[in-house]
Amino acid sequence: MVVASTARTDLSLQAKNADGILVVDDIVKQFPTPEGIITAVDHISFAVAPGEFFSVIGPSGCGKSTLFNVIGGLLDGYDGRVTVAGDIVRGPHASIGMVFQEESTFPWRTVSENVAFPLEIAGMSKRVRLDRARHFISLVGLDGFENRYPAELSGGMRQRVSMARTLASEPKILLMDEPFAALDEQTRLLLGDKVLQIQQQLKQTMLLITHNITEAVQLSDRILVMTYRPGKIKRVVDIDLPRPRTSEIVGSDAFGHYVAQIWSDLREEASRGLRDDESRTLHAGARR
Amino acid sequence: MSGLSAIAKLRYAPAIVGIAALALALLVMEFLIRVDVLNRFIIPMPTQIFEAFERVIVEEDVPARFLLTTREAATAMALLTVTGVAIGALLHRVTILRLACETWIAAFASAPIVLMYPLFLVIFGRNSTTIIMMGFIAGLPPVILKTIEGLASTRRVLIDVGRSFNLTQRQLFWKILFPAALPTIFVGLRLGLIFALINIVGVEFLINFGGLGQLINDLAERYDLAGTYAAIVFVILVSVLFFALTERVERWLRPAD
Ligand SMILES: Nc1ncnc2c1ncn2[C@@H]1O[C@H](COP(=O)(O)OP(=O)(O)O)[C@@H](O)[C@H]1O
Ligand SMILES: [Mg+2]
Repeated sequence: MVVASTARTDLSLQAKNADGILVVDDIVKQFPTPEGIITAVDHISFAVAPGEFFSVIGPSGCGKSTLFNVIGGLLDGYDGRVTVAGDIVRGPHASIGMVFQEESTFPWRTVSENVAFPLEIAGMSKRVRLDRARHFISLVGLDGFENRYPAELSGGMRQRVSMARTLASEPKILLMDEPFAALDEQTRLLLGDKVLQIQQQLKQTMLLITHNITEAVQLSDRILVMTYRPGKIKRVVDIDLPRPRTSEIVGSDAFGHYVAQIWSDLREEASRGLRDDESRTLHAGARR
Repeated sequence: MSGLSAIAKLRYAPAIVGIAALALALLVMEFLIRVDVLNRFIIPMPTQIFEAFERVIVEEDVPARFLLTTREAATAMALLTVTGVAIGALLHRVTILRLACETWIAAFASAPIVLMYPLFLVIFGRNSTTIIMMGFIAGLPPVILKTIEGLASTRRVLIDVGRSFNLTQRQLFWKILFPAALPTIFVGLRLGLIFALINIVGVEFLINFGGLGQLINDLAERYDLAGTYAAIVFVILVSVLFFALTERVERWLRPAD
């Protein structure tokens, strides 16, 4: 059964009343640019329940990373409010852990030292923190690579190091911005399995930002589809697929059904984004 | 498999090829001088320079001079590292200062600072301090500029990681910006070392005080050309010593690279 909702008032209400561990309430973020003001995030509200896997999907340039940075407290000067377990977010919050789209391991630290980083900042002794780090390294499936440097690892392994590093700070909510966007499809599916395993094991609340429909459906309990320019909520889709899941679900009919539905929503937005891109390129060319 | 590609696989191949190239160049020199293409009264034969080594070492007190120049260079380097990196970090932090100073520091880097030696003589006297200070001042611009460059080119996302973990400004600097900038800072230190050493030996030469520069001056005035070149080889040795040292320290600080 596919449950979809388009009414925004409905969603704000839900956000206010929800026992959500993360509540995003009516966020508006604008950027002044030479061509005028861009509204990157336009009245977005949602609430994520404890243990839920929530995804935000949208074409590139629609405002996903902006939303990610607002929730993570790295960006200010926006309207609306983000609360974590009742706390208003005003800057980086200890309950929110972020995994970035770009490669973000520290090349001068070994895998262990990378993962132990937040524990080092918390002031733990070296022995304790390296011991704790080993647990999270094993969680992301990198046993045996503790003393390697990031340069010796593949892109997928490095992203897992970043994830383990963030998990080591034991955040209530794990926020990920297209963590696997740079990887090939097969690697991404397999890492998706890893993420599902971790979520199950830690009962981790996760918020994934992605442009990949398969990935979103594979992992999520709910998916928020964003529009392109301004970045509004187009629809929120409940994914009623059984858990525990693995990447094998990708072959099922129900899966295909969800993918088709989300694509029909995204198609229009993506092509608008593409046209926009092309006309910008054209103008830039004409100016030159 | 050809012999050359087999040699290329050896671990010491680059060093061997380097030494062979140097030996070849010396042989060519020797030949050109012997057949009178090059004037032997201006350029001594490599074999004569080799013969001069023993004489210079024994008669001209090279070990003590070598130590003195090395000590001056080491002091200048220590000053350079601490002051240069600190000023670079300050300029990186305070944008207005950086915009105000960066250009003239770069201009200063290309100025012939060695010609300022009379001023330094007046301030510090005819002693090692003058020499060390000249080396220090001359090496400062590249260290400052490269420190700024290294800190400023730290990838945005690494800083965001630090911010997301709620690091203090001090932690952000020491745990992220500084290690990220280290390779570039070391480029600056090596450039600074070159500038400093040129000035140290140059001022020793000019003010005729201590070290290898003074020896080069002495031998040149006595028209002992072979001896002069032998002394220059020892200056190169000082430089090699410091390069090896910076590489060691860098590998220790950033073992991954
Ligand atoms: N700092 C900024 N200044 C100006 N415009 C920005 C800035 N950050 C993002 N934008 C603009 O906001 C829009 C959304 O960007 P972003 O959130 O990165 O999109 P996404 O992550 O979905 O690809 C884009 O059009 C982008 O050009
Ligand atoms: Mg993005």
